[in-house]
Amino acid sequence: MPDQLPEHPDWLWRTPDPKPSYDVVVVGAGGHGLATAYYLARNHGISNVAVLERGWLAGGNMARNTTIIRSNYLCEESAAIYEHALKLWEGLPEELEYDFLFSQRGVLNLAHTLQDVREGTRRVGANRLGGVDAEWLDPDEVRAFCPIVNTSPDVRYPVLGATLQPRAGIAKHDHVAWALARKADEHGVDLIQNCEVTGFVRDGGGRVVGVETTRGRIGAGRVALAAAGHTSTLTDLLGLRLPIQSHPLQALVSELLEPVHPTVVMSNHVHVYVSQAHKGELVMGAGIDSYNGYGQRGSFHQIEHQMAAALELFPIFARAHVLRTWGGIVDVTPDASPIIGLTPVENLYLNCGWGTGGFKATPASGWVYADTIAHGRPHQLAAPFALERFATGALIDEHGAAAVAH
Amino acid sequence: MLLIACPWCGERDETEYHYGGQAHVAHPADPHALSDAEWGAYLFVRDNPKGEFAERWMHAAGCRRWFNVVRHTVTHDISAVYPAGQPRPVPPSDEHSEVTA
Amino acid sequence: MSNRPGNRLAAGGRVDRSAPLRFTFDGVEYTGLRGDTLASALLANGVLAVGPSLYRERPRGIVTAGVDDPHALVQLERPCSDPMQLATTVELSDGLAATGLQGRGRLDDAPDETRYDKTYLHTDVLVVGAGPAGLAAALAAGRSGARVVLVDDQPEPGGALLSGRERIDGRPALAWVAEARAELEAQPETRLLTRATAIGHHDQNYVLVAERRPDRPGGGGRLWHFRARQVVLATGAHERPLVFAGNDRPGVMSAAAVRSYLNRYAVLTGRRAVVFTTGDSAYATALELAAAGAEVPALVDTRPEPPAALVKAARAAGIEVLAGAAVVGTEGGARLTGVRISALTAEEQLTGPVREVACDLLAVSGGWSPAVHLWSMARGTVRYDATLAAFVPDRAAQEVRACGSGRGRHDLAGCLTEGFTAGAEAATAAGFPFAAPIAPPCEGDTPPAPPRPVWLVPGEEGDPSTWRDHFVDAQRDATVADVHRAVRAGMRSVEHIKRYTTIGTAHDQGKSCGVAAIGVIARLLGARSPGEVGTTTFRGPYVPVSFALLAGRERGPLFDPVRTTAVHPWHVRRGAVFENVGQWHRPRYYPRPGEDMDAAVLRECRAAREAVAVMDASTLGKIDVIGPDAAVFLDRLYTNGFAKLPVGSARYGVMCRADGMVFDDGVTVRLAPDHYYLTTTTGNAAAVLDWMEEWLQTEWPELRVRCTSVTEQWSTAAVVGPRSREVVAALAPGLDVSNDAFPFMTVRDAVLANGVPARICRISFSGELAYEINVSSWYGLAVWEAVLAYGAHAGITPYGTETMHVLRAEKGYPIVGQDTDGTVTPQDLGMTWVVARHKDFVGKRSFARADTSRADRRHLVGLLPVDGGELLPEGAQLVAPGADLTAVPVDSLGHVTSSYRSAALDRTFALALVRGGRDRIGETVLAPLPDGRTVAATVTEPVLFDPKGGRRDG
Repeated sequence: MPDQLPEHPDWLWRTPDPKPSYDVVVVGAGGHGLATAYYLARNHGISNVAVLERGWLAGGNMARNTTIIRSNYLCEESAAIYEHALKLWEGLPEELEYDFLFSQRGVLNLAHTLQDVREGTRRVGANRLGGVDAEWLDPDEVRAFCPIVNTSPDVRYPVLGATLQPRAGIAKHDHVAWALARKADEHGVDLIQNCEVTGFVRDGGGRVVGVETTRGRIGAGRVALAAAGHTSTLTDLLGLRLPIQSHPLQALVSELLEPVHPTVVMSNHVHVYVSQAHKGELVMGAGIDSYNGYGQRGSFHQIEHQMAAALELFPIFARAHVLRTWGGIVDVTPDASPIIGLTPVENLYLNCGWGTGGFKATPASGWVYADTIAHGRPHQLAAPFALERFATGALIDEHGAAAVAH
Repeated sequence: MLLIACPWCGERDETEYHYGGQAHVAHPADPHALSDAEWGAYLFVRDNPKGEFAERWMHAAGCRRWFNVVRHTVTHDISAVYPAGQPRPVPPSDEHSEVTA
Repeated sequence: MSNRPGNRLAAGGRVDRSAPLRFTFDGVEYTGLRGDTLASALLANGVLAVGPSLYRERPRGIVTAGVDDPHALVQLERPCSDPMQLATTVELSDGLAATGLQGRGRLDDAPDETRYDKTYLHTDVLVVGAGPAGLAAALAAGRSGARVVLVDDQPEPGGALLSGRERIDGRPALAWVAEARAELEAQPETRLLTRATAIGHHDQNYVLVAERRPDRPGGGGRLWHFRARQVVLATGAHERPLVFAGNDRPGVMSAAAVRSYLNRYAVLTGRRAVVFTTGDSAYATALELAAAGAEVPALVDTRPEPPAALVKAARAAGIEVLAGAAVVGTEGGARLTGVRISALTAEEQLTGPVREVACDLLAVSGGWSPAVHLWSMARGTVRYDATLAAFVPDRAAQEVRACGSGRGRHDLAGCLTEGFTAGAEAATAAGFPFAAPIAPPCEGDTPPAPPRPVWLVPGEEGDPSTWRDHFVDAQRDATVADVHRAVRAGMRSVEHIKRYTTIGTAHDQGKSCGVAAIGVIARLLGARSPGEVGTTTFRGPYVPVSFALLAGRERGPLFDPVRTTAVHPWHVRRGAVFENVGQWHRPRYYPRPGEDMDAAVLRECRAAREAVAVMDASTLGKIDVIGPDAAVFLDRLYTNGFAKLPVGSARYGVMCRADGMVFDDGVTVRLAPDHYYLTTTTGNAAAVLDWMEEWLQTEWPELRVRCTSVTEQWSTAAVVGPRSREVVAALAPGLDVSNDAFPFMTVRDAVLANGVPARICRISFSGELAYEINVSSWYGLAVWEAVLAYGAHAGITPYGTETMHVLRAEKGYPIVGQDTDGTVTPQDLGMTWVVARHKDFVGKRSFARADTSRADRRHLVGLLPVDGGELLPEGAQLVAPGADLTAVPVDSLGHVTSSYRSAALDRTFALALVRGGRDRIGETVLAPLPDGRTVAATVTEPVLFDPKGGRRDG
């Protein structure tokens, strides 16, 4: 008999009405927005904060992702911020007093071509120099680590090896959001749901001094956007154009199954990534839909391709069943790296462009964004991800390590 | 699976096409007269509307011609299809046909 | 667990008593009949319980007769291992074996050889559901001449009529169904699919249907993809449970399901039944149970004044009707033994004494929820109808119509009328004008009176926070107490409450309990109705679908096409070891007996530099660029100049993206003033062609140029080495192969000795004297064999991609995609010579950007390991000498991009991208390896062999 899911807390958050103004207004109560509010209070003593959510709290990508947590990105700037996140993840269940089933069960990124092997070797080496745990496994070692992976040399694209990050893993995304929300609320942060920002209030000098919302005008010392795929709808109101494109990203779960899959497996070439959650469902995702879309749905052939890829790697899944598919909206940048920092509009802060990789970064994104907002300058880990890089050319290309086809 | 009407070949499934992002983004006439920021905007900045979007598609598995489409990025309804090089059509006066259950 | 055989009625039902089937369940053998589901066969044998509940291990039994059952989850073992099947949908077959599950299934690692097909069909009208409304819609649309497809998830059409005793037009409804079926099957443009479940409804009426094919070995199935001009949804409705204490006990069943087991499968699911209802439909269950010989001591109706005609009929059958009352508790252990009944006030509070009634079956009807899943997936909206107490389809967003009980209509004549209307309108809208037929009369059919929903029957004690036996989603063991807890924690959104309690997330995805759950949530939130709360998002698939069905035939060798050259059979016969390059299978090396890769490659390299060797280079992308503006066009795309390339000459070119990063490289030959023949890297052929077409069509439509992919049309043999000239001389006897007549980087047409026309280019990727023999692919194999024959005396050696990589690396030639990664400029590669100063080209502006013009960017350099036998791993990171590897983060200077053992240099060497590399020539760098060792290497110029290039003329 499987373990019961851990019980949720008796009390989560208040449902306050918005006050006339706050020191900081965070737009978007997804994982990043909630983490930002939490760290504003915890690290900087700034709790006169509102997090505005146009729908239900953490109902966007935070409710839809495939819950993979890892820091094995290629570039040192990316690895640094994702590793900061992973270190925070490791302490977060205790700090937030919430068991969100964070399970460090490793992640395998499979190599199927000689070039995959080169890139994997490069990433393992880079990770190790950066203090991020990383190993290279040959096919036999891959099979030992995850016995259900098909490492036969006779398949169309045989597994030639894999990188392993042992400290990577998964967590229950909703519970992470609620854990952050609860603590933020405890600190006095107002979580305002069903409150959509419809405009910005600016003073004579062009500074943002508040927002117009479906629940009235709210003044703000600083406004920090954390709206992921909806970021452009907000910045368009200011005439600020960004290098992001919003695409559908689909995912799915199977029915509950006895445990068969002990880790997280990702493959760029045979395109699929999959884990098995605590209560038994397989959780799986693959490439984005190619067209721009805000509909939180994509095209079904993506799912069909994903299934074919899944069965190439995991023949044992043939008789598993898809129980539910859904989609989110991912804001994708030209280099598959986020945009964090100040904007040309005074008092307006930006944190977006995490694309398909936002969930794993949640605590670090919040941490550095809170620091950036509190001090009015980018946190050291956020600095490389400034908007300016698209002018200087200093892009941080993570398409390979993002492991999601664009 | 979107259904897109290639101006030359007719309606085809989405999988026959390749997506090309925002339409009507002209390569600057004199790139060397632009600042790094302006050049970066051409390289990387694109409209990202939640609504009607003029975008490019190429019929990769068919005639391999590029053309433009106006599609709503939430409903995915296509309101216009027109050849590359033509300006975005002005929408006709509002006609909505609603089918009620 | 009680096991009372003999629940099968002697007559009736749509089962075949002439052919008993044997099956095994939980290790016990039983018999059933053809036409049974596993569930009906179990019930016939007195087996009600399937598996205990997931977390609280409560006994659970079969509840419904269809896809909405919350408990009847089984693991099929025979005919095949299949987890989490519903006994209520599994068709009984001879020899079937299954075991009950406790909410989780098992994956069997035996290989699954079953084949699954996919098929695609355009249709004018697609009708989902072959109940009365769907059949009517299909009849109307079919009669119009439109192409119609009618799909139904059951083995035969009829829908709810299969479970009832309705009459249409003076005869049994199923007779009408049989006639309708015959008429449809006689229409040439109509197709009826049974055992076919519509699982998804996507944009522009793209509908997916999963068809089961139990007649195929191992089961199998077919995934239909429909594109329909018009869709009619006649998907019916799911009966809701009621939420009261102990509502999960085995023996508590859906009233409609009890009726289905009785009429369709001739199975009596209880001997002494109480019926508990909020509306009219369960009265038929009560009357038919009584007529079949069961005792029906009570019918509990929440309405204080049920329709008089129904009450009268019930009393005439000896059934006591308790109006304005509710069941408030159940008794029994593994099986129901009795219920507790109480009167309800107008405010739904309990009042008066509780009455106990002994029974072994409680048939519950909490109302009907239209199956709006497909409607919602197609972006149709729903609204709450307070009279019907149901969420019904409201506004469509596509060409979709709903009809029948799927729209909230429950009288048979009304369903037929709506079906005819919807079908006729759909056909008309699809271009086949047709008037709706008139529905025939249906005796005994009246529109039902409004129900009285009671979303939460109070417990006899305590309050919602303590009601841990009021199950809201029994499969998740989620109760009213859990919902209360979520609300008390501060959750207000139905989506939050669903996620907090996990209600609706189980195998049944809330098909039966979903709206009942919304009712409970509404109560506990103090909302006026479920309409205020709303539904959660409906997502596909409507029923679980196997991974294998969705993958179809794209398994094994069909997962991705394999591309091979015309010479492939020769490579296979010769024992080549292949590597995947994109979709191509390319020979990597050709080992002789006893050779490993290193030995084979050293031998092949030696042959290429000392004698003659040959490689199949057919996979390189080849594009004909033809037109008066071809020269101008190439000048705009390549970093170097092509407009002034003489006819008959070849030139290496580099192509950058607009951001200045190297995108592709290759040699281009000018065949005529307006005809260039361009090669690309193997993996980039399609991307380069697409790139060229994009610029031509969207940016430079005024250029008169046509591009044509000829990659497959040409077969290429690269003949390489000091003795290559004599081989080519013999191969093409009419060709003057002297150095003066045929200089480096020129092209000649020739007719080969065997009569095949060829285009021969003196291009060298190895630095040796080399010729690329290009012929039509039809002759590719023959010409390859001719090359080998003419080279035999010189010991001509076939070589593969590995040797090719070594040879070019010795010359410092980068491979795009290996020595570059999308962030490398031509200048980074040390190729300022290829960047024209006086013409503009795509990407040029980007070189001047602040980061792109840094002096300390990574440069392509050579590396010589201090130990000439140490092979650096490709990808290895590089650090400065003295770097403290324990003080993370350690600064990386770059990485090794290519690394080989060199026969020519008699040592190992590598290429690498190193920060400021050209300024570090002669310095040492270190490569820390995963095994803990650190390898030192000296930075050099990237060209390590024959730097002056003297060898290329032979």
